[in-house]
Amino acid sequence: MLSGPSGKRGNVLSWITDTLGRIIIALIVPIITFIVLWQGFIFLRDSNAPKMIIVLVAILWGVGGVALLFYVTNWLIEQLPDEWRSRFQPFLFIGPAIALLFYFLAIPTIRTFILSLKSANSNEWVGLQNYLFTFTDRAMLEAYRNNLLWLVIGTSLCVSFGLLIAVLADRSKYENIFKALIFLPMAISFVGSGIIWRFIYYYAPPGRPQIGVLNAVVTGLGGEPQAWLTLLQPWNNFFLIIIMIWLQTGYAMVLFSAAIKGIPAELLEAARVDGANEFSIFFKITIPYIMGTLITVTTTIVIFTLKLFDIVIVMTGGQYGTHVIATQFYRQFFTNRNFGVGSAIAIVLLIAVIPVMIYNLRSFGERQAFK
Amino acid sequence: MSKKASQKNQKKISNILVNGTLILIVLLWTIPTIGLLVSSFRTRDAIATSGWWTVLPHREWTTTSQIQLDEDTDLNAPIVVNGVAYEDDALRDGVALGDGTQIKWQSRRNRIIDVQEKEWAINSEYTLQNYKNVMTGKTYEYVDSEGNAKTEQGDDMSNSFLNTVAVSIPATIIPILIAAFAAYGFAWMKFPGRKFLFTTVVALLVVPLQLALIPILRDFVALNLNGTYLAVWLAHAGFGLPLATYLLYNYISSLPRDILESAFIDGASHFTIFTRLILPLSVPALASFAIFQFLWVWNDYLVALVFIGAKPDVQVMTMRLAEMVGSRGQDWHVLTSGAFITMILPLVVFFSLQRFFVRGLMAGSVKG
Repeated sequence: MLSGPSGKRGNVLSWITDTLGRIIIALIVPIITFIVLWQGFIFLRDSNAPKMIIVLVAILWGVGGVALLFYVTNWLIEQLPDEWRSRFQPFLFIGPAIALLFYFLAIPTIRTFILSLKSANSNEWVGLQNYLFTFTDRAMLEAYRNNLLWLVIGTSLCVSFGLLIAVLADRSKYENIFKALIFLPMAISFVGSGIIWRFIYYYAPPGRPQIGVLNAVVTGLGGEPQAWLTLLQPWNNFFLIIIMIWLQTGYAMVLFSAAIKGIPAELLEAARVDGANEFSIFFKITIPYIMGTLITVTTTIVIFTLKLFDIVIVMTGGQYGTHVIATQFYRQFFTNRNFGVGSAIAIVLLIAVIPVMIYNLRSFGERQAFK
Repeated sequence: MSKKASQKNQKKISNILVNGTLILIVLLWTIPTIGLLVSSFRTRDAIATSGWWTVLPHREWTTTSQIQLDEDTDLNAPIVVNGVAYEDDALRDGVALGDGTQIKWQSRRNRIIDVQEKEWAINSEYTLQNYKNVMTGKTYEYVDSEGNAKTEQGDDMSNSFLNTVAVSIPATIIPILIAAFAAYGFAWMKFPGRKFLFTTVVALLVVPLQLALIPILRDFVALNLNGTYLAVWLAHAGFGLPLATYLLYNYISSLPRDILESAFIDGASHFTIFTRLILPLSVPALASFAIFQFLWVWNDYLVALVFIGAKPDVQVMTMRLAEMVGSRGQDWHVLTSGAFITMILPLVVFFSLQRFFVRGLMAGSVKG
């Protein structure tokens, strides 16, 4: 009897101190986390330490910081009562991704659209004037023409070379070496490839030693050296497109190669027994069989080509009639600081990829991959 | 019997045709890179005066003897060599004589003429100096083709190399970590708006990043975040997330359900299951995307250009290289070695982990 109340009181007391302690810890842990991360940020911003150390700290801070945030937030959620925990936990898992996706892609789409309706410095509304400009300005029209060249010629050559190499390599003993070497340019940056190809197209006046391969071949055959990238308008665009073909054929080849390997051997065998020659096998069996891959590869390269920027910027800077949509975007937005026209060009790019977006969503819905 | 033999022959011919065509294509594809690599090891003068292919055996005019003309030969009148008169200009370019030799000025001022014959030759002076010069941030001296000593500012690629490392590693790991959490959430947790949010991920797969640059740049400038590593990491994380989430979701949602259920029965929390069970099981998918993202970030130019801007301190290699193209577009000795420095790591990653890379490409071919 006597011990009862005091025991109860002790329980209540310990419950209170327990809860209080928990709350205090739950407050302290995030505060400490925040301080640690903030100090890291300050260090990286202001420190004069040797570069090596800054780089190491940066990597640790960046990667460790994200891991720490996940860990601490989870710890906090696990302190909550069961019911709340199961309500919050999914948002710990998907929250950061959703936040970044919305902030970096979804919302900017709307913000860019709004900016595209405003003037160069976004001070006043100008309606569709920026769009009118993007569809009538001579430089823009030239960019559309060039992008069309890139799209049609670049994509079709990438796809056909990729297919040709995949089919041939499938019959060779040295398949893997050949494929690796064709594929290799995919590891090289566009800027690096730009230098590689500038060197190939290099022009020295007649009589001087030609150190660029292309002009050396041309003069070796008795021709005049040419300034491939500057004077031969509009053909100079083709010399830029060649670079993209060099870079992207490997991608097409790898996907086609995998698809071709998926054709059942019996099917090919049966066709050969029936006396079909290799050409009819290619057009009547191989092509229909890999149609899905063919479409995927084509759309992927089309999207890539639409956004193409680096090659042109490094090779010609868009001069000599080589601008494409993405370089015009960059010129308006970065060089001219015309945010209105820049945004309008970005929206034009978005409109161009919307069919692919719809196709993706539809095929995603059909697969019912999401249960 | 003879039918079999002719079939065998036919097979041989088609084999030769196939491999021959492939070798031709592969040569076309690799010559550009080989040219860059070879040139990067040649001296400044050698690159400027002869093609890189002259490191292979080739026929070249080689001086066999010299003719000393009279010291006061008039250069404006036809010049008489061995009884035949030649124009000054012709002698500058070299005049072929009938017997396979040519004569050419060695030195106009000293009136010396070279007699040259075509001989097999190899240009085989190699040097590491280009790499040293392009890596250093200090000035260095060199001797130009006329024999004058000159100084030149190094291109400080070592600084931008470190920056590229500092940008690439977190910009690869952060989105993967965030995407793996999200993929697990989408695959194994129930919450309102799940389907809508994942549909958004799929829709965002193809959105061109150009669309985001203007508003995000404005925010970053307002927050004083531009020109920091953090800004580039976040941007790369945001732009890489749709593909990462999509790929990892496909993988994680296909893991067998029983593993998770038995872990739940044992009382493990979602967090424990994710870190202890799902992450280790997903290594192949994580690796595929990691290589993909790493190569993308390492080679990226546009995102770095916009979010790092003109801060030379934080510049990544692609920016440095593009700047060098603008400022020293004719200096092939630094451009080739600089370009090769940017390529080394991607090539190593590519060749050692090609299998994963290919897998990532195939899974990710919806993006573009």
